[in-house]
Amino acid sequence: MDPHLWLKRKGRISPYEVAFWPIVLVLPFWLFPTYLSLSSQIAITALFCISLDLILGYAGIISLGHAAFFGIGAYAAGLLSAHGWGEPLSGLAFAAVVAAFAGWIVSFMIVRVQHLALLMITLGLGFLLVELANSLGSFTGGADGLQGIDTWKLLGVWKFSFWGKTAYAYSLAVLFILFLVCRRIVRSPFGLTLEAIRENPDRTTALGAPNRAHLQKIFTLSAGIAGIAGALLAQTTETVSLESLGFQRSAEIAIMLILGGTGRLYGAILGAIIFMVARDQLAGMNPQYWYFWIGLLLMIVVLFMPRGILGGLERLAAFGRRR
Amino acid sequence: MIAPVNALETGHLNKAFGKLVVADDISLALPQGARHALIGPNGAGKTTLINLMTGVLPPDSGQVRLDGKEITGLESDVRVKRGLVRTFQINTLFPKLTPLESVLMAVLEREGISGQWIAPLAARRDAIDEAFGLLTQLGLGDDATRPTHDLAYGQQRLLEIALALATKPKVLLLDEPAAGVPKSESAALFEAIAALPTDISVLFIEHDMNLVFTFASRITVLVQGRILTEGSPDEIAHDPQVREVYLGGADHG
Repeated sequence: MDPHLWLKRKGRISPYEVAFWPIVLVLPFWLFPTYLSLSSQIAITALFCISLDLILGYAGIISLGHAAFFGIGAYAAGLLSAHGWGEPLSGLAFAAVVAAFAGWIVSFMIVRVQHLALLMITLGLGFLLVELANSLGSFTGGADGLQGIDTWKLLGVWKFSFWGKTAYAYSLAVLFILFLVCRRIVRSPFGLTLEAIRENPDRTTALGAPNRAHLQKIFTLSAGIAGIAGALLAQTTETVSLESLGFQRSAEIAIMLILGGTGRLYGAILGAIIFMVARDQLAGMNPQYWYFWIGLLLMIVVLFMPRGILGGLERLAAFGRRR
Repeated sequence: MIAPVNALETGHLNKAFGKLVVADDISLALPQGARHALIGPNGAGKTTLINLMTGVLPPDSGQVRLDGKEITGLESDVRVKRGLVRTFQINTLFPKLTPLESVLMAVLEREGISGQWIAPLAARRDAIDEAFGLLTQLGLGDDATRPTHDLAYGQQRLLEIALALATKPKVLLLDEPAAGVPKSESAALFEAIAALPTDISVLFIEHDMNLVFTFASRITVLVQGRILTEGSPDEIAHDPQVREVYLGGADHG
């Protein structure tokens, strides 16, 4: 087979992709207008989940503390707004820079450890930041959350209203644009290098690759994107709580990614949709037992679909084609 | 008259793990274009020596010189960029990537564009042609786009060599290139080794004496971390000490 053709085919846009975006755009507006705030939260969570997929799915860096960067972004945008600058787009840019800088600092530690130590360091980082935000109560609002955020009109035109149409369109647009950026990254020479490092870091070293520099770069990028997701949440809900930094959010995002399927970007989006919708529905029926069901779902997926729901679907489709 | 600079040289390398001495005062010279075999019983420290040369292990004392320049303190990946490249005894590949992607990754890293993410992979036409050309040359062209874990064992050994060649090495260290390859697949491997460009200096570890005596112009015998002797294939074949080690039942496991 012609190698150029093969690589082009691997990177091309599939019909599923073309169908996917209009559906997620239109469906919430028409079918569930009362669920628009949930829909924007799903879009934000999907973006956060994609940021984790970049490091976990592609580069093989396991993290149980990625909410640290989500929270840093949320507080950065929230504080900027609470101190009098509520323009949303520059707020996103500010949050991205702050979170990416934090990610870059942390990356020096991250790339020196592996496996269990990596889990503990990322976990510890999350705890550390929650306590820090809590103890700086006069600044961050502590356990009461950050108040006084006022998000200005988007591009000076669209007001963030109670019904959340602007919020949803805004969140989805940012998700879509950053998704395209991430898609570029994973299909580039850099993306291939990351996958090779994930598969066999000793071998990439033996081929001359500076693993640590590559991993630091993607970790910094990923932290910046997580920060943008956090900033979106702060701007659309006009509040930031300590939970945005916390362990539960870090763990949930990892669950979503594993449910949806790692290393394919769409798995992150699918995982976020399934998790958030399931939580909304199940918690509505019986708030206490919701984690029972998510626990069960998680076990079934990792046992029977080790590559996640999307990986399972791909296998099913491949099986169907062969018949 | 100035003596020509050796491609690779070690000076009095020592390494011990606790009381176990794995490299004992090893001084070895690899002239430009050499075909040098490193033989010895299991546990003699052959792979350890490669690890010391490539910077995977730091020596307790001694130096490594590449092209006359000291590289003892350099990181492994920097040594690769300077032209010192190895393969592995046990296949050390990227199981889920295809051979095309694997070799392409090595080419892109060599070209210094492995961190580039603006243009897609498919736009790197020259690198793709080079990677595919290398795979074709080693007889892997037809399987270039299958996942590596699907390849036959002998093909994976060839991919090991293709990866190393993609870095354009000056010195190539082959760690048992034929290890575990069934007789039916070894011809392709022997051919690949014979076809290595003559400007690459090659040091290879091998147990297959057929391969050693076919390709090596010099042989070093390593026993218990020490150089027992060095000589031409003819000298080694008739050396009573070597016969003692190999035939006298002195297996140091």
